[in-house]
Amino acid sequence: MKLLEPVIEKSTALVPMHLQIKGAHAFQKFKKRLGLARAIPTFTETLIPPVADLSLGEIDVSNPFLFRQGRWLEYFQRLRDESPVHYQANSPFGPFWSVTRFEDIMYVDKHHELFSAEPIISIGPQPEGIEIQTFIAMDPPKHDVQRQAVQGVVAPQNLKEMESLIRQRTCDVLDNLPVDEPFDWVDCVSIELTSRMLATLLDFPYEERRKLAFWSDVAAASPETTGGTGYTAQAFEVAGAMAKGFSELWREKEARLKSGQAPGFDLISLLLTNENTKDMIDRPMEFLGNMALLIVGGNDTTRNSMTGGVFALNQFPDELAKLKADPSLIPNMVSEIIRWQTPLAYMRRVATQDVELHGQTIKKGDKVVMWYASGNRDERAIENPDAFIIDRKNARKHLSFGFGVHRCMGNRLAEMQLKILWEELLSRFDDIEVLSEPEYVQSNFVKGYTSMQVKLTAKQG
Amino acid sequence: MSTITLIEHDGTEHSLSYENGQSVMEVATENMVPGIDADCGGECACGTCHVFIDPQWRDQLGEINLEEAQMLDMAPEKREESRLACQVRLSADDNGMVVKLPEFQM
Repeated sequence: MKLLEPVIEKSTALVPMHLQIKGAHAFQKFKKRLGLARAIPTFTETLIPPVADLSLGEIDVSNPFLFRQGRWLEYFQRLRDESPVHYQANSPFGPFWSVTRFEDIMYVDKHHELFSAEPIISIGPQPEGIEIQTFIAMDPPKHDVQRQAVQGVVAPQNLKEMESLIRQRTCDVLDNLPVDEPFDWVDCVSIELTSRMLATLLDFPYEERRKLAFWSDVAAASPETTGGTGYTAQAFEVAGAMAKGFSELWREKEARLKSGQAPGFDLISLLLTNENTKDMIDRPMEFLGNMALLIVGGNDTTRNSMTGGVFALNQFPDELAKLKADPSLIPNMVSEIIRWQTPLAYMRRVATQDVELHGQTIKKGDKVVMWYASGNRDERAIENPDAFIIDRKNARKHLSFGFGVHRCMGNRLAEMQLKILWEELLSRFDDIEVLSEPEYVQSNFVKGYTSMQVKLTAKQG
Repeated sequence: MSTITLIEHDGTEHSLSYENGQSVMEVATENMVPGIDADCGGECACGTCHVFIDPQWRDQLGEINLEEAQMLDMAPEKREESRLACQVRLSADDNGMVVKLPEFQM
């Protein structure tokens, strides 16, 4: 049906992108009225039973409250032990397989020819009408071309140039934190620092940096995609705002280049100076997709590791003592934080052919979810995996960045941000006390925190 | 006894003995050579054991397979001489081989 094909495919030279998105929203409402739109699941929190009360077939790890209610550890433990390749036939996101052991996840992640990342890496689909295209959800060779065009912005060579700026902006945040009184670590530190970093990478107007975090939150929060708290009108509104903001930034940088100024080392300048991506603005969903990928990839991940590290050290106070006695453990601790937190719980694939795994036949076209959060707690691969051990051996060997061609592009930036944060925290504060249980994100994808009250104690002398 | 020489980006040299069948990555990590991260532990899945091997040695090491080539394509510092150290298995013929490390691993 021609009528129902994506609306947003016109050149932005003809119709500005944000108006196309407005049109797509109107069209989506029209489809809904006609009863042609896909149904969107709704999620109401109820108490999740202990896993021992369920049969294997009843276990549904797509429940977006699993992390919040702390049941995820026992649920995944049971799957790893009893059903390492597990089929859930009736989830709100449709049927899907769960792969939960470290080695099996590595296998699926490496074999992109057997397990496609297309059309998207979340359990559920993207909101109808705004299906953005990003290379995290593309297979080779298209993936490779697009990734290579943008990875320079987070490559170590570029990071070396940026390290002092990152440190300066981190110090500025920490120097202005309240001492000896409660405040929300998530808002004042984790979100603030990641917003600053994203604004730096994109050369986005600095005073509007919080928009980036908000856009990213909305982009990852559609109920049909991850079980989040978003709603359709908001998703379209944010897609429109993103399109407008990033198009303006693109045109501004394009004009600067044309006037003979040297390109900056920000993401859009890199795209504008690469042969494969210099016209990306004429492919709106690809353009939006790349922008969204960069902000989502750099937002939830680092933000929740910044919170998770503080939370972990509060649960394992001996480790804080160890850290204070030997700050050279910071880089190793950073890897351990990223493993222990696993801020993105999984990536999803689709089998390209029938695949036999642990005696199960995954059929061509089936969804396969690689639960990194589970693999990172797999006692077959990691000793004492639930413990947070800052001097753990082989701490770098974790699944949080994924493996294979889709391995996280921003891993070095993430590690650098966290390293700088902990170096600067240790030089200022004796203690960061978590005052109450943090609040958790509603999502099966983002394993993170919405708030965490803490109190700082300044360093003596 | 067979040895290879690893040269860090800053010029520091490490002369290391090996047993036939070991990978360059295993030799490097056993000897704690800085600059080889090997995050995936030798599965050809992370690209963080990127090294440079001169053509005189490289030609006897055999073809680079598709899997390795794809991971190498993601390395920002990739050059003609690029290899993943975990995929280079050493034999007696490789005695004296020189392996250079890039400035960064990604």
